[in-house]
Amino acid sequence: MTEAIHTAALVKTFGPTRALDGLDLAVQTGEVHGFLGPNGAGKSTTLRILLGLLRADSGAVRLLGGDPWRDTAALHRRLAYVPGDVTLWPGLTGGEVIDLLGRLRGGLDTRRRAELLERFDLDPSKKGRSYSKGNRQKVALIAALASDVELLLLDEPTSGLDPLMEEVFRQVIREEQQRDGRTVLLSSHILAEVEALCDRVTIIREGRAVETGTLAGLRHLTRTSIQADLAGPATGLAALPGVHDLRTHNGTVRFDVDTAALDAVLRQLTTAGVRSLTSQPPTLEELFLRHYDRSPNGAGRRPEVAR
Amino acid sequence: MNALTGTRTLARLALRLDRVRLTAWILGLSVMPMGTAANYFQLYPTEQELRAVSGVLTNPSLVALSGPLFDLSIGGLTAWKIGVTEFILVALMSMLTVVRHTRTEEETGRLELLGATVIGRYAPLTAALLVTTLANVTIGVLAALGLTATGLPAAGSVAFGLATALVGTLFAAVAAAAAQVTGSARAATGITGAVLGGTYLLRAVGDTGPTWLTWLSPIGWGLHVRPYGGERWWVAALFLVTAAAFTTAGYALAGRRDVGAGLLAERPGPVAAAPGLRSSFALAWRLHRGLLLGWTLGLAATGAVMGGAAAGIADLTSPNQQLSDVLARMGGRAGFTDAFLGAIFGITGMVAAAYTVQATLRLRHEESSGRVEALLATRVGRVRWAAGHLVFALLGTALLLTVAGVAGGIAYGAQIGDVGGQVGRLLGAALVQLPATWVLAGLGTALLGLAPRLSSLAWAALIACVLITELGALFGLSQWLLDVTPFAHVPKLPGAAFTVTPVLWLTAVAVALGAAGLAGLRRRDMPVT
Repeated sequence: MTEAIHTAALVKTFGPTRALDGLDLAVQTGEVHGFLGPNGAGKSTTLRILLGLLRADSGAVRLLGGDPWRDTAALHRRLAYVPGDVTLWPGLTGGEVIDLLGRLRGGLDTRRRAELLERFDLDPSKKGRSYSKGNRQKVALIAALASDVELLLLDEPTSGLDPLMEEVFRQVIREEQQRDGRTVLLSSHILAEVEALCDRVTIIREGRAVETGTLAGLRHLTRTSIQADLAGPATGLAALPGVHDLRTHNGTVRFDVDTAALDAVLRQLTTAGVRSLTSQPPTLEELFLRHYDRSPNGAGRRPEVAR
Repeated sequence: MNALTGTRTLARLALRLDRVRLTAWILGLSVMPMGTAANYFQLYPTEQELRAVSGVLTNPSLVALSGPLFDLSIGGLTAWKIGVTEFILVALMSMLTVVRHTRTEEETGRLELLGATVIGRYAPLTAALLVTTLANVTIGVLAALGLTATGLPAAGSVAFGLATALVGTLFAAVAAAAAQVTGSARAATGITGAVLGGTYLLRAVGDTGPTWLTWLSPIGWGLHVRPYGGERWWVAALFLVTAAAFTTAGYALAGRRDVGAGLLAERPGPVAAAPGLRSSFALAWRLHRGLLLGWTLGLAATGAVMGGAAAGIADLTSPNQQLSDVLARMGGRAGFTDAFLGAIFGITGMVAAAYTVQATLRLRHEESSGRVEALLATRVGRVRWAAGHLVFALLGTALLLTVAGVAGGIAYGAQIGDVGGQVGRLLGAALVQLPATWVLAGLGTALLGLAPRLSSLAWAALIACVLITELGALFGLSQWLLDVTPFAHVPKLPGAAFTVTPVLWLTAVAVALGAAGLAGLRRRDMPVT
């Protein structure tokens, strides 16, 4: 398997800010790679370097076998990009923008375009100025997904989409994957989205890759937050392995649980009688807070972060 | 919380955001009338010289251009010369300020951010109107003080300041209503600008023919306050009533609509792009065509009016030797008409340069809005992207100057019975300005490539050119300063002889600046916001 994207010791500074601080990133051809990190971690900067929009101060970058800064036009023919913050021309309709971007990229599959418009439920006759954030996002997504390219660079593509559309997005990406074997680099700060789609993940924090590997390998990082109204007292819950931060208030319990321990914990809850239950996968921010910033009780380890 | 809560905070914010812009407008608009008056005191020190010039000024073409002369005095002449210009500029300032703090804020979503805090429904509109009115009153007071300081009668000076402030306030109210009706800042500016253009035309027609048309035009009202010519204070009431009506309409509309929406519903557009929309150039055409069309119509009208006015000047024989000396010294060597036409096309060049700068800086607008990112992620390279817009800055300006020259040639030629000859002569007079406008396009490109955050300095450069050219003659600025503006080097056609050297130099400077800018653009990070 070859590498579609490879960066080594990538550094990019903006004045006094060190946006990338020695980033290593490797994306295999044909995989969906999750690029996770909190806001401001350097995800968008990395993508812009991969697009040849920004020039790295030092370090090596290879994209589809070329140099993104020098071979820009040739490489752009083979990739599609969805910016994190999509802005459209106020006077052009969504349909016009989709066609324009597709043509500038080198071609658009019109059948695919029609299908995607339907699935994302987008009205292409509206002008750019009257779309909501979610709809602007859809315009950029459809333009990218309907192009015949090898590599998709998606910068937080579901921000602004409602849960229904998030699901459509996941389905479409999965189909892409099965049918064409496209390479996808998906930046996100939502762990569940990455879990649902990605083969491998790189976690970036303050401009460096702090974790990289398969999802199964990173499974130890994930915990689910649970809140339940119980009929009886929640005896024995605290003693179960994998339960963290248990709080009880008027018959409502809240706690975080390691994914591996979920099954045992749910059994324990049902013995107490569940009136209502909500579970929430932790956001990456929470995960970071817990995993890197709270060292005294030994719950996490602190990676070296150079400043 | 009531509907006006937060007005004070918003007004402060607007003043903070506009401190440089408004200060520049206020200074410019207060100094201009004063400078004009001071200039006339120098030019026409005696009653006799004034009388001589009056023969020219009652000519219908000039009346259409600037309005009637109400009194034969330095004051009357000043009000006549600067009145229309001052009123149009103050109206533009008011329109831009009101739209910027209402519709633009809403369009960009910034108002939504503020609206979620403790801000009443009417607070943004009220704050915008307060700030604009404050600016207008300041201009009025300073202009009146400045005019009085030159030695003109106080009553007339106050009347001129009052008329200026009232025109500004009225157009602030018109813009406030327009900003509620439409869904975009561009459309609001367009509607108000069209109203302004319409009032100018109504006045131009009314002052030369059916007088009642003038009384439909606020620009006409401003002139008919008659500063220094038997002031008619009651005209102020017309302004106040109309401004109140538009303001009320603005508030009523603001109370009825949703944030972000206009009253005019958005019409659906095409669901697919036309086959031609397939290159960055085609996109640039879509983005520029409306602006270019508007400017083309505007410059065609300007050229025609100016050409017509020039013919009027040619009808008159030189009324006195001193005046003809003055006019000859001011323009070129070959008589009044050519001097007049040379001066007019010099100004037209600078007006067209405003389009040049606007079209060039569209690049920066595309970048700072973030739209360029998706575009540059396609096969479109940076230079090709920039070239698409620069074509409009360079050739669009050529089109504008061509249209102005041809329209002027037809209007002038038709009156003196020599359309064929004059079209060619005036086309040359217009097009010779082109290399000077290109220098500004080159400067804009250089800033964009090398110091993108400073790009709007291209506007400052154009304003400096206008000020140096206009004030240079009045205050006797030193030659090296006059030579800084590219327009100073343009051969003064049609009067003077055409020399190719300055034209080549200007083109070379433009090309060098542009090349430096494009080289910088290829090298730097994108987008810089």
